[in-house]
Amino acid sequence: MAFIKEFGCWLPEHIVTSEEAGSWVGSDAEWVRNVSGIDERRFAPESDTVAGLAARAGADCLRRAGMRAKDLGMVFVASGTSERAFPGPACTAARLLGAEGVPAVDVPMASAGSLFALALASRLAAQLGAILVIGAEKMSRVVLREPREKGVAILFGDGAGACLVTPDAGRSEIVDSILCSDGTHAEDLMLENGAPLKMNGRSVILHASRKIPAVIRAVLDRNKVPPAEVQTYLLHQANQNLLDRIASALGIASERFFSNIRRYGNTSSASMLIAACEWCRAEGFRPGAPVVFGAFGAGFHWGALLARGV
Amino acid sequence: MDRRSKLIEILKSVTKKDVDIAPDESLFESGILDSFALPDLVSALEQEFSIEIPDSHLNPRKFESIERIEEYLDSRA
Repeated sequence: MAFIKEFGCWLPEHIVTSEEAGSWVGSDAEWVRNVSGIDERRFAPESDTVAGLAARAGADCLRRAGMRAKDLGMVFVASGTSERAFPGPACTAARLLGAEGVPAVDVPMASAGSLFALALASRLAAQLGAILVIGAEKMSRVVLREPREKGVAILFGDGAGACLVTPDAGRSEIVDSILCSDGTHAEDLMLENGAPLKMNGRSVILHASRKIPAVIRAVLDRNKVPPAEVQTYLLHQANQNLLDRIASALGIASERFFSNIRRYGNTSSASMLIAACEWCRAEGFRPGAPVVFGAFGAGFHWGALLARGV
Repeated sequence: MDRRSKLIEILKSVTKKDVDIAPDESLFESGILDSFALPDLVSALEQEFSIEIPDSHLNPRKFESIERIEEYLDSRA
């Protein structure tokens, strides 16, 4: 058994409007809004690191949970924008949090990383105790690389989200999860060292549009939960048009899919936990009500996780 | 209705656009099909031609033009 005890997040102060981002690629705010649903995103200062962002979101989560970092059983940090190949940001983030000696594991998977870490944490918490899951991205480092591609430069923002998973009690119980990977299309979304991000948007949208609804249906079906009974869907905030498409495929009103992409853009691995953090503070789990987490990203990796309010 | 006419009707229905295009011309480059209409096209093809298109066949290039779509449908016959 594992429970979600608390969420945390951190967003940079600096706002980059879609007017500004559109101007980088010879377009305007209206075009950006139409293709992505994004009005603005946040960029962290150049001196900030992924580990620094991760530690701030993790600290916010631990403070709200009233838990000390040194009492953690493990730390996961998901990120696709680490400044170096190794060591990844997990060990530095854990040190910044005061969790020296606690095993800190990197999940370098970009968009689906937080979901994978959350699912793994739910299966490890009974053995290891409380596990802090963090997703942190400094996408600005990638976005600002030349040449800036039209379909990429306007999408992304910086930020970090966190979730504390415990074996005993929390806001919701993690009931089940399904994780999937298929490297057939690995080159359709990739970031090579020092290079611009490469994205075959057609392939990504085509696969995501089919795989996310399918995996959500699968986790709901095997737990006998109709899609309409789910209180809220908390998905990776990739693109508003994609979220709307997934909602439609499941026969659910888009409003049931929490969305903050208009304000933060796509923050890759951080986005699902930032969304969960904001949703939890605004609405929160209802006792007994199912909540679905989901993500799809480079790899391709994708999956869904079912939780139920306590 | 022959298959090509049926395909054009499907494209019109999915994209809500006129489909006045050569069979070998790119549906993407011509602006008829975009990333978000492509999944709808694939679903419509499955329904209209009673086939299941597996994830391993989900390559946008297979649906790049009317000719490409016809080739794909031939491969599934």
